[in-house]
Amino acid sequence: MKGTFVDFDALFGHLGQHTVDGLSKGSIYALVALGYTLVYGVLRLINFAHSEVFMIGTFTVVGTWSVLGATDSPAIGTVILLLLAGLVAAAAASGATAVAVERIAYRRLRRMNAPPLIFLITAIGLSLVLSEAFGLWQGRLVKGMPTIVERSVLFTIGNTEVTNIQAITVVAALIMMFGLDTFINRTRYGRGVRAVAQNPDTAALMGVNKDRVIALIFLLGGLLAGAAALLYCLRYGNTRFNVGFVLGLKAFTAAVLGGIGNLRGALLGGLLLGIVEVYAATLTSSNWEDVAAFVVLVVVLLFRPTGLLGESLGRARA
Amino acid sequence: MLLEIDNLTLRYGRIEALHGISITVAEGEIVALIGANGAGKTTTMRAVSGLRPVATGSIKFAGEDITNLRADLRVIRGICQSPEGRGIFPGMTVLENLDMGAYTRRDTSAIASDLDRVFGLFPRLAERRKQAGGTLSGGEQQMLAVGRALMARPKLLLLDEPSMGLAPMVIQQIFEIITEINQQGTTILLVEQNAQQALSRAHRAYVLETGKIVQEGTGQDLLTDSRVRDAYLGVA
Repeated sequence: MKGTFVDFDALFGHLGQHTVDGLSKGSIYALVALGYTLVYGVLRLINFAHSEVFMIGTFTVVGTWSVLGATDSPAIGTVILLLLAGLVAAAAASGATAVAVERIAYRRLRRMNAPPLIFLITAIGLSLVLSEAFGLWQGRLVKGMPTIVERSVLFTIGNTEVTNIQAITVVAALIMMFGLDTFINRTRYGRGVRAVAQNPDTAALMGVNKDRVIALIFLLGGLLAGAAALLYCLRYGNTRFNVGFVLGLKAFTAAVLGGIGNLRGALLGGLLLGIVEVYAATLTSSNWEDVAAFVVLVVVLLFRPTGLLGESLGRARA
Repeated sequence: MLLEIDNLTLRYGRIEALHGISITVAEGEIVALIGANGAGKTTTMRAVSGLRPVATGSIKFAGEDITNLRADLRVIRGICQSPEGRGIFPGMTVLENLDMGAYTRRDTSAIASDLDRVFGLFPRLAERRKQAGGTLSGGEQQMLAVGRALMARPKLLLLDEPSMGLAPMVIQQIFEIITEINQQGTTILLVEQNAQQALSRAHRAYVLETGKIVQEGTGQDLLTDSRVRDAYLGVA
């Protein structure tokens, strides 16, 4: 059906294939979206600098692999070592960046009781400073990296081929999501986080150290962004000083789509957004994937302003 | 003295809300703060818990200065508050809300027995333990707020308007429980608009007017005081 604007055969002939690809793309959005949603759920702040937390993760992966002398398609033992080293280094760098951002920029503003707009402007400013700093330091061109994991078909269901990278991405994202959900809902620290989200003053009256909870959520968001950065590197094989801009915007969209402040919403929103993008790209051309993503967002918000799952972390804050 | 507030002033921006108030609470007492809306009762409570920074003056707890201590550390020292408006965590169950009261404690077995005690005082909460805090009625939320504060096993229990918005029968019940908690050994500082109940339950009381203490005395003295009767007890 070449020549028509919308190519249904391309999509429905390989629906499973595109769904799998959408899920793996969406998993990366979901992991970054969790960082936005955690911070928003507790502080009612959109931390636009989170995109740069992710960006720093990708550069850390590149740096770590280059220090360790990674080459294309190394032996399996080396692959595992490189993946682990990349994960640990990126999570540590992104986590540290996120905590530093909170400490240096936001904590002071909180102490001064600054109005919300000031936080937002600070966040955007920080985001620019960080990405431009990396532009100066690492150059403004696309930075490649060795192909650690060669793309190969892991298994086939019907006419749907699942590649190793897609499987790693989805499984890793689900494990981390499950871990975070358990942490927030089942542990004492998690209960402290929910308490601050639902009623910060009463949380303090119960003995919760608010500053520590806030540092903790920035750390968690940063760790997940670092993991997402590794998965991004596996999928795309390159990065750039402004890689965070579009990806951050998409992840933020995913968070809003699922219901910002809601952890499971971030997962749902991320996966859905990934699928919508891949479907749209297949139906028309990849030029339209961003359009489709934001159209879906607008339509969902028209009918459900609180997102698909609504707010949960700070449910009905008194 | 368990709590000594000395010449405390506190500002909201440029407006001074408390103009040098002094209050003491001895161990084992119920002390009531009464006064009209905006007199500074809740502000005083927030200062004692560390939610508002003070301008001048000092707060001492069990002999130690806590004027500038962080709010969460005051809970560890033994001060816990059931705040005005109840401050329930709406998305948490009754049980999780109560567990939040014991957030700073690690003595698991003592926590379990305190939970039993709270359920003994408020059987209603036991029935609803799995229900979300936000879905409880006003009276149940008030019980939850008091029960939660007890879960901290505080030396000093601060109760801000425990009778607010409740039906007369429930008010009676809450005050009976307050007396009972006190007899079990907890010192209580109580803020109330229901002056009749507060004064008849309290050992001592202070009357607050526009950020100043205008009268103090035993609960019985103030109950029979003509100025207090005219202003707060609605008897001519």
